[in-house]
Amino acid sequence: MNDFSNMTKPTAKGNWIFFMAFVRKEFHHIFRDKMSMLILLVMPILMLILFGYALNTEVKNSKVAVYDPSQDEATRAIVEKLQVNDYFVLHRMLKSPDEVDRVFKSGEVAMVVVFSEHFYESLVHGGKAQIQLIADGTDPNTANTITTYASTIINNYQQELLKTGAIPYQITPEVKLLYNPSMVAAYNFVPGVMGMIILLICAMMTSVSIAREKENGTMEILLVSPMKPLYVILSKAVPYFFLSVVNLITILLISVFVMGVPVAGSLFWLIVLSLLYIFVSLALGLLISSVVNSQMAAMLISAMGLMMPVMLLSGMLFPTENMPVALQALSDIIPARWYIIAVKKIMIKGLSVGSILTELAILGSMAIVLVTVSLRNFKIRLE
Amino acid sequence: MISKTQIPEDKVIVARDLTKKFGNFTAVDHLSFEVGKGEIFGFLGANGAGKTTAMRMLCGLSKQTSGEAWVAGYDIARETEKIKRCIGYMSQKFALYEDLKVWENIRLYAGIYGVPEKDIAGRTDDLLKRLGFEAEKQALVKSLPLGWKQKLAFSVAIFHEPKIVFLDEPTGGVDPAVRRQFWELIYQAADRGITVFVTTHYMDEAEYCNRVSIMVDGHIEALDTPNNLKQQLEAKNMDDVFHQLARKAKRTEQ
Amino acid sequence: MNAVSANLIGKKYGKLQALSGISLEVGEGDIFGLIGPDGAGKTTLFRILATLILPDEGTASVCGFDVIKDYAKIRKVVGYMPGRFSLYQDLTVLENLTFFASVFHTTVEENYDSVKDIYQQIEPFKNRRAGALSGGMKQKLALCCALIHEPSVLFLDEPTTGVDPVSRKEFWTMLQRLKQRGISILVSTPYMDEASLCDRIALIQNGKFLKTDTPQNIIKGFDSELWSVRSDHMSKLLSDLRLNEGVSSSFAFGDAHHVTLKNGKCNSHDLSVYLDGLKHTNVCIQKIEPNVEDCFMQLSGKNIL
Repeated sequence: MNDFSNMTKPTAKGNWIFFMAFVRKEFHHIFRDKMSMLILLVMPILMLILFGYALNTEVKNSKVAVYDPSQDEATRAIVEKLQVNDYFVLHRMLKSPDEVDRVFKSGEVAMVVVFSEHFYESLVHGGKAQIQLIADGTDPNTANTITTYASTIINNYQQELLKTGAIPYQITPEVKLLYNPSMVAAYNFVPGVMGMIILLICAMMTSVSIAREKENGTMEILLVSPMKPLYVILSKAVPYFFLSVVNLITILLISVFVMGVPVAGSLFWLIVLSLLYIFVSLALGLLISSVVNSQMAAMLISAMGLMMPVMLLSGMLFPTENMPVALQALSDIIPARWYIIAVKKIMIKGLSVGSILTELAILGSMAIVLVTVSLRNFKIRLE
Repeated sequence: MISKTQIPEDKVIVARDLTKKFGNFTAVDHLSFEVGKGEIFGFLGANGAGKTTAMRMLCGLSKQTSGEAWVAGYDIARETEKIKRCIGYMSQKFALYEDLKVWENIRLYAGIYGVPEKDIAGRTDDLLKRLGFEAEKQALVKSLPLGWKQKLAFSVAIFHEPKIVFLDEPTGGVDPAVRRQFWELIYQAADRGITVFVTTHYMDEAEYCNRVSIMVDGHIEALDTPNNLKQQLEAKNMDDVFHQLARKAKRTEQ
Repeated sequence: MNAVSANLIGKKYGKLQALSGISLEVGEGDIFGLIGPDGAGKTTLFRILATLILPDEGTASVCGFDVIKDYAKIRKVVGYMPGRFSLYQDLTVLENLTFFASVFHTTVEENYDSVKDIYQQIEPFKNRRAGALSGGMKQKLALCCALIHEPSVLFLDEPTTGVDPVSRKEFWTMLQRLKQRGISILVSTPYMDEASLCDRIALIQNGKFLKTDTPQNIIKGFDSELWSVRSDHMSKLLSDLRLNEGVSSSFAFGDAHHVTLKNGKCNSHDLSVYLDGLKHTNVCIQKIEPNVEDCFMQLSGKNIL
């Protein structure tokens, strides 16, 4: 009779040895599969280049703030014309030029129109007047589109004036982009690509590799072992965590040294933010792996369920403000959206950590919910 | 080098010094044998003896390193397309599409092998009647028991009346009674003149073959009728024959 | 205490009754064989006993631990080798073994003795990827991995399927040695000739046990006389035998046909006369001992009726 009472209990040390063995095995899988290595390392670079050709998008109902020190006939007419247009909504009038910075940082408006002082007087007497159109250059597509619309509207007003008077009036709209003065499109898509790559590596690769264990039957053996299933899952996440960090560094290096996008704000907080996002993505991968049994299904769910919404709804390619309310609500539950917003703030606008507290809080609660659900969903048996 | 005219008319498979190397490793080593029309030829050997590699070459799926072979009169190196048209193939691992219905599978394979459209429906009904599967015509293949699937898969593999049918472990894991019914189908096919080239790990099945070859370490160690092999080796059955020969194997791996 | 005991286990997948009324006892240090074709329910039973799935009905215990309540305890004392080759194909032989050792909180060095016999046969290939091994080698590696933590009970689901007869014989020799070490083994196989190597067997078909007993008793239970019949034309012989009304069953069995006769309607002399009349030459009719495969076919025939 075998004595079952002196069975070795899994000790902390035993768990640790197992954990390291598992992590080592996982790295073997990754390094021996040339194809996935290639995808993991080349994809971030490829995506940065691909999304360099950013899409042109139409913008509607952009919020506009106006600073009008003149308050005369001409400025009122121009504001009126901007307002009746589909493209713009007058958000509010600014009281001082100092407010311009503030409304941008709070993300309240997409464009600010600044009239020069004594606008009408200068126009009538000097034949010349100045308007400044200031837009948020972190999203160059939108900025470009709305400033072009605004310039056209102002030009039309000028044409009307020309018809009524003999004097050749001239209004010069001066376009100024905040944050991204040279209109580098990279400013827009670097955060987007970061959001996508991390999600892809963490969620897709983790769920695919767990599904592979199920397909190969190795999960059966692992389940029928004294190992806590939780450890199996956690040790799956570790290698992909490292890979994501490697990719994060790659993307940052390429964007700084190749695309010329600087890290304007705190690198520390950018990394903290990214680690949190990686955590959320890993949790998503674990959740997917708990519901699928084949690599194919894991791949499809990750691609269709995560990648597509991220590309379409996160504001990466299309501004979310143009979307129907339902889609906007949907975009709110996409972690990538909050990550991308926060990265833009820290990396490109150079804002302090105080400005991304909301995003951090949202990502943090998403992480807690996802981890809880996926752990609760994790099965100790095959069915 | 022998010319095509020298291939005997009644030989459906002729192999001369057929060899396949993977790097330094000789998987198939100067294989020479002939298989006659309508013969049931058992192709036995231990795992790793080179059976699968040899079979792949004969089916035109893999090119030999040296040597020659003719299948149905066609050169396996140069006329693979013609060979594929006149052979049937069935393995334990892949036989039928599980998510297609019985008749859809039959129609699919008939179409692939160029059975005239007008004949398919009639011959499908004949086939199902012979197997006693009329009621299952509309059933999905995955809903059938394994033995039935294998019987159906074999019938589909010979639906286009090939000259040769290659069977790779067709009866693995099949119910004993159904396994015997399967062999009755093989006999019927051979009686119609179809040559059957079969591998199996069931040694009682080796007894049903007209001739049996036993591969050891890439070459044919013995080739004869089961009775002659038993007499030569003073063995009481084919299991004994196999053990005596396969024990000579030097290599354990490929 | 029995190493494994199951009482009226039932399991359904949707409408499909995968198992019903399964009861078995595996004595300590016994080799218990589940003999039956693919799809009979062998894997489902293994998974229930290995705590991977829950039975719908009945109870089962392994080493005295309940498969539902005490699943964690069972997982410490069993070695399980699933039906398919379930190791990491992209890891080497040694890496696989090391990994599974750490899964069970041990090391290869610590438990080398328990796998030595088998591991030595694959040691020359320890740096080869598992995916590049031949069938027989893979089985040995899988067995090593299942033994590395010195389990009390081994569950081996079709370890010899697709393996050639020589490797199969070697494999069974290894199992006999494990039995001598006191390990209880539950093993399944579709090869009926392996049944005689077990202490007790259960013949399983369509989710039900046809019979559970020692191989000897199962053979004793064959309830009619069995004749081996040969002639020069075996395939004509088979169809002629089936046309004879006195023949109850006739199956091809290697180099002879196995025939049972209807009691009182026909005897071996009648059969001999009948076959001579059909111009069979070298007819040879002998009374023989049935084997497990004969019993399986007889029992499954009754089961269908």
